[in-house]
Amino acid sequence: MADLSTNCGGIRSPNPFWLASAPPANSGGQIMRAFDAGWGGAVWKTLGQPIQNVSSRFGGLNYRGTRGIGFNNIELITDRPLETNFREIYEVKKRYPRHAVITSLMVETEAEWKEIIQRAIDAGSDGIELNFGCPHGMCERGMGSAVGQEPKVNERITAWAKHYSTIPVLVKLTPNVSDILPHGMAAKRGGADGVSLINTIKSIIGVDIDTLVPTPSVGGSSTNGGYCGAAVKPIALHMVAQLARHREFGLPISGIGGITNWRDAVEFLLLGSASVQVCTEVMLRGFRIVEDMNEGLNTYMDEKGFATLDDMIGKAVPAYTEWGNLDLNYDIVAKIDPATCIGCQLCVVACDDGAHQCIHPDPSGATRVPVVDESECVGCNLCQIVCPVPGVITMQEVPNRLPPATWNDHVSAGALLRPKKGVH
Amino acid sequence: MAHPDPDRAESAFDDFKAPFDADQAVAEANRCLYCFDAPCMHACPTHIDVAGFIRKIATDNVRGSAKTILESNILGHSCARVCPVEVLCVGACVHNHHEHPPIQIGKLQRYSTDRAMAAGWRFFAAGPDSGKRVAVVGGGPGGLACAHELRIQGHAVTIYERSGALGGLNVTGVAPYKMKTDTAVEEVDYVLGIGGIEVKTHADIDAGALDGLTREFDAVFVAIGLGADSTLGVPGEALAGVGGAVRWIEAMKSAPLDVSSVRHAAVVGGGNTALDAVRELKGLGIPQVTLVYRGAEAAMSGYAHEWEAARLEGVGASWNSQPVAFEGSDRVSGLRCVRTDADKKPIAGTEFVVEAELVLVATGQARLGHLLGGVEGVQVERGRVVADADGRTGNAKLFVGGDCANGGKEVVNAAAEGKRAARAIHAALSGGNHG
Repeated sequence: MADLSTNCGGIRSPNPFWLASAPPANSGGQIMRAFDAGWGGAVWKTLGQPIQNVSSRFGGLNYRGTRGIGFNNIELITDRPLETNFREIYEVKKRYPRHAVITSLMVETEAEWKEIIQRAIDAGSDGIELNFGCPHGMCERGMGSAVGQEPKVNERITAWAKHYSTIPVLVKLTPNVSDILPHGMAAKRGGADGVSLINTIKSIIGVDIDTLVPTPSVGGSSTNGGYCGAAVKPIALHMVAQLARHREFGLPISGIGGITNWRDAVEFLLLGSASVQVCTEVMLRGFRIVEDMNEGLNTYMDEKGFATLDDMIGKAVPAYTEWGNLDLNYDIVAKIDPATCIGCQLCVVACDDGAHQCIHPDPSGATRVPVVDESECVGCNLCQIVCPVPGVITMQEVPNRLPPATWNDHVSAGALLRPKKGVH
Repeated sequence: MAHPDPDRAESAFDDFKAPFDADQAVAEANRCLYCFDAPCMHACPTHIDVAGFIRKIATDNVRGSAKTILESNILGHSCARVCPVEVLCVGACVHNHHEHPPIQIGKLQRYSTDRAMAAGWRFFAAGPDSGKRVAVVGGGPGGLACAHELRIQGHAVTIYERSGALGGLNVTGVAPYKMKTDTAVEEVDYVLGIGGIEVKTHADIDAGALDGLTREFDAVFVAIGLGADSTLGVPGEALAGVGGAVRWIEAMKSAPLDVSSVRHAAVVGGGNTALDAVRELKGLGIPQVTLVYRGAEAAMSGYAHEWEAARLEGVGASWNSQPVAFEGSDRVSGLRCVRTDADKKPIAGTEFVVEAELVLVATGQARLGHLLGGVEGVQVERGRVVADADGRTGNAKLFVGGDCANGGKEVVNAAAEGKRAARAIHAALSGGNHG
């Protein structure tokens, strides 16, 4: 049995699975049920100034019959009284001392930050998370992503928080920036113990083409919301990795964005996350998903020989590099297994219309198994991606006797590059 | 057209394949891989762009989906129900090759055409008047498909139909758990909706009349189907309770039928008409229904999936059994049979009786090729008119299609042949240019 116990910036939990600050972490009742189901921690839904929410609030993105591959919301921070939230935080911590309760906060002035941080500490929070990420509603009032987009403001408020806090401070970053690095570095300069990312992405989830109103509709109008769910995972992985691989960053990361199962979580851990936070998949399927997440992660770690999370955190980061460092002499081609190919020819049309015109129907016409013209195949993977049967198309290395050569090697030292393929 | 009798016997049947609702259709459509140069399309005699119409269901472009279907096959509404998809499009689905359930193409096609019929979507208009006139003899699927395509090309069409109504076997012969008469009639009206098709019912075209049509019209398309049920030619065939299956099915589909006194029924034959008949008899509540076939189960020409369905519905079979006589005084009480060997030859001394108060003979139908034999240039071989793939006969003005030309196939074959012949006729009338 691998050890799943987690320490993210000084915040400890029995496993790395935390509820993100969002509707599933809106109340003590929910969070206690989540802990009973197996969640290791929870970031309480953001506390701050009084707000009022709209009706409706959520929108889903469907694709080829799959509902909710993407999701957005226009709900704001907590609309419950602060008193109630702090009392419930206290009760949860009393009953679940080993689980992590991180209180997400969002206020404006230094005095407000000072007061609310103290109340969070007094309630028994294990840490606080500064919500510098919310991209809808609150940012119009100068909070949330409006802070996260201004490194100087981010640094200043982080410094206030650190000044007034005796418990770890995580800064939650917004992805609504062109480069995450200056924002992570601002949090670091402010003294943060760690960062959480990504918050949601500014979005319009869709338009009702009958009523001509974007969704979700609030009485015939809509507004931009925060995009999340499975579809945002690639954006989140990139931003996590950008920070994780930067030599001078070095802060613990709580990874967030499109995590739906243990496999997604493993990817975040391998790219440098010390814990992971989940919201959308819980909203779509309930707290119970964590049972498989714990079990799947445990089995994976046992199979890979990772005894603790520290053994695996960041293990994929070294393999993430600049394009200029990739070996241009590495050559793979597609191979199609005729024994298992079902003859849909999706690879044929995909290669012909969308790639390099090197997969053709069987020229003899005797079968529906396509043939790959390896002399033209650039090894792009498109055929393998469209193939509906796993394992039918494999990408296999073609030895070309050339030593590895990157673009940087080529430009700086004239390294020999292999002849181009697929440039007919 | 007249509405079918609401009390006709076929009304007792429910759909064997229940229709999809919108959610089910979209879910099934989303399972389709949208194959390139899809095998299902090739498997369809009318080459419907199956992947294309299914994708349009998935995107909620149902109108476009119906158009894609009907552009290839104007009888797509009935074919969605009556096609043996298991051996055509669904049988060709690539999902079969990796142990996944194939896409239920027939049900998806029905979803789109049902919507088209209910909404009255029309996609076709007659072409500009060509000044040419074509006679279509036979108002079944082949004739209707041909007439519709000819109207698109602008030719005037007159359909001569022997019976009182158009539709052919779609109206009179399809198993009611696949399609009932009202659906077939609805489709006939839809086809005629293109306008300009003159219909002459109760038109008994004999050899002489046909010869006259070839002189009166610029071209003639003949799709007269098959003739009367074959008989066994054994003693007792005139007893009450013995009859041809095709004729019995027509009666069952058009009028009330009392089979409450029948406890045992038998159907002689091993083709698809026989398999329809046993399921229909069983479905009408006859407790014991037996298929009597002179060969082994594997030798049946009927589809294996149809026999499997019949078997699951409780139909019994007497394989390697050849009838030698009908028993009974004025009404049949049983069918005396003899066992046959692997070559379907009778084995002496093996006689036995299958109890039956109703026996349907489904051993084939007469061929009507002799009707065309008198037309100049037309060749007839073994009752079938000699024609090329586009229905061209030895007479430049005479084209054929459907069961009378192919010997008896599916509705979709007749629809394909009718349309191909129409294009050949159009080419001929346009000065020999194909297409």
